[in-house]
Order: sequence, then structure tokens, then C-alpha cells
Amino acid sequence: MKTTRPTMYGRAAISSAAVLAALAALLPAASPAAAPSKEEGVAAFETVRAVLQHPRCQNCHIPGDAPLQLDDGRPHTMGVVRGSDGKGAPGLPCATCHGVTNPPTSYGPHVPPGAPTWHLPPPERKMVFIGLSSGEVCRRLKDEKQNGGKNLDALFHHMAEDKLVLWGWSPGAGRAPVPVPHDELVAKLKQWIAAGAPCAP
Amino acid sequence: MKLNVNGKEYEAAAPDDMPLLWVLRDILGLTGTKFGCGMAQCGACTVHVDGQAVRSCVTPAASVQGHAVKTIEGLSAPGLSAIQRAWIEEDVVQCGYCQPGQIMAAAALLAARPHPSDADIDNAMSANLCRCGTYLRIRAAVRRAAELAGRTA
Repeated sequence: MKTTRPTMYGRAAISSAAVLAALAALLPAASPAAAPSKEEGVAAFETVRAVLQHPRCQNCHIPGDAPLQLDDGRPHTMGVVRGSDGKGAPGLPCATCHGVTNPPTSYGPHVPPGAPTWHLPPPERKMVFIGLSSGEVCRRLKDEKQNGGKNLDALFHHMAEDKLVLWGWSPGAGRAPVPVPHDELVAKLKQWIAAGAPCAP
Repeated sequence: MKLNVNGKEYEAAAPDDMPLLWVLRDILGLTGTKFGCGMAQCGACTVHVDGQAVRSCVTPAASVQGHAVKTIEGLSAPGLSAIQRAWIEEDVVQCGYCQPGQIMAAAALLAARPHPSDADIDNAMSANLCRCGTYLRIRAAVRRAAELAGRTA
């Protein structure tokens, strides 16, 4: 039986084919990516909505003047209030009990958590998310009259970088972190914004 | 660590995460500030940091380095403050244990709102508990302190 062995030419041909195939696979990524469709944007926002309506976020985005706490969103103890600037009552600001970081674990499980600039939205822009549909959350989030003048870029940075927002992923003992990984939230935000920030009906 | 308490510089040999309350009481000997719950639920340990009311039981001591701490001992220097005089005139105290914290909370309120309404008083004092139930006398004393401070201003 006659066997054939690959020639140098044959090897080179195979190698060239492999390179071309690899390049072909790379080409779509190298060309400008098409913007996500409206449907993809609405679907991406669903992840954003789930984060905003998690207790770590919505406990302070409240309709009244008394914040909520813990995973079941019960009224905050001590009758604390939002105050005229969202930072608590005169003489009893949020920072009286909420420091700039979570307390050391040696302090036990029931101490107040902390992050820089602990506060609620101010009373004139409450930015309530509780009980809203996805479309309602989306439209409220984009409304610069309600959101403190934040355009989409500012909204992105608020959710991607604000240290008080980031606290939601490391809330200390006794509190569930936001279950959606933060980098996934960032990716979905980018996708939603790239799609033109569409909202569900 | 170096701490500024009541205008005086202290050097305290303590771990960075030791609660400020422990450093004040056990190392610096300033026992006017009280331990109540140890988790910022009662207000007995209230002190001021840069003029703001803070629960010293959940404040790591190292975090207040470079800031001005004031305790109940510092409030009465050189004489009784208007708040402390009002507390005496209204005979607020029953057992007295929570009162240093109550007075420090009231001082923070009056610094922020020299003429507080009853709602202001309730909002600012709601996180300071008193098991003797002296709340109505506390409210009256805060009002009186505002008057006394106004007369001497």
C-alpha cells in the first residue's frame, strides 16, 4: 500500500488555510459592531431594572421620607428621616451612624453599614423605583428633571463608579449583595445605552 | 495613634479598629461617654467629630485621627453650657445613664438648628433612647436651651 506523506508545500497550504480561517473569524470583531436593536436594548435594561429594584438600591429610593432597611425592606429603626438634602435630619445626619466604610467584622453582625456620602435622594428628586414596571423605571431613570440632571453618560458613571452604589455589592454582614454581578450590570448598561436607551411600553 | 479630644492632643496605644468609645473610656479615662448597646442602636455613646454627632461605639478610633473629637467633658468647659443648664432647670435626669448621649445629640441639633421646632427635636433625638422615659423633659430642655443660648448670644 502506498502512503503519502505531507510535503512541505502541503504543510504550508494547510498552515495558510488555518491562518485565513482565523482571520475570517476575527474579521467581524474588527469591523464596527452594529448597534444593538431596540429589542436587545429593552432586554438589557431588564437587568438594570432588577438591580434598581433590589433592596440594596430601592431601600433608599423611597416614596416617603423614612428609609427602609434590611432585605425585607422594613421601615428603618429610630424614625430617621430623609431631611431637606437627603442626608438626614439637622443634628442627626445619616453619617451619625453610617460611617464611610462598613465597620470591622469584629463589631458584630448588627451594626450599621457604611460607605462614602451615605444619603438618600433629595426630597425634590426622590427617584422612586418601588413598585414600578420596567418601562416606568426606564423612563424615570432617563428623565433629567427627576434624576438630578444626569444624562446617559452621567447615569452610567453613577451606576458604574459611585462608591455608595458599589456598596450594594459588598453590603456587610446580614445583608444580601445585589445578585447581578456588577460587571454584568455595566455591560448591560452599555448595551442599553448603545441601543438608544429604549424603554418597554 | 494620635487623637484630638476636647482640644487636647492624646497619644493612645490602641489597635486601629478599637471602637473610639473604648479608647475614650478605657485608655483616656474619659468615662462621661457611656456604653449602651455597642451597635449604634441607642445613642448613649454619642460624641461629636468635627461638630457632627457620631456613635463612638461603631467608630474605629483610627478613623478620627486628624479630626476634632468632643465628649460630654468637653461640652462643659469652661463652665456649664446652655444645654447643661437647661437640663438642670428642667430636672430632666432620672437614672442619668443615657443623658450624656442625649445632651451631645441636643448640642449637635442646636448647632445645626438654633431654634428648632418640635418636629426638629423629635427628628434629631429619635435615635437616643431613654429607658426611664424622660423624653418629654428632654424636649422641654432642648427648647429651654435654645432660649438660654439666645439670651446669652
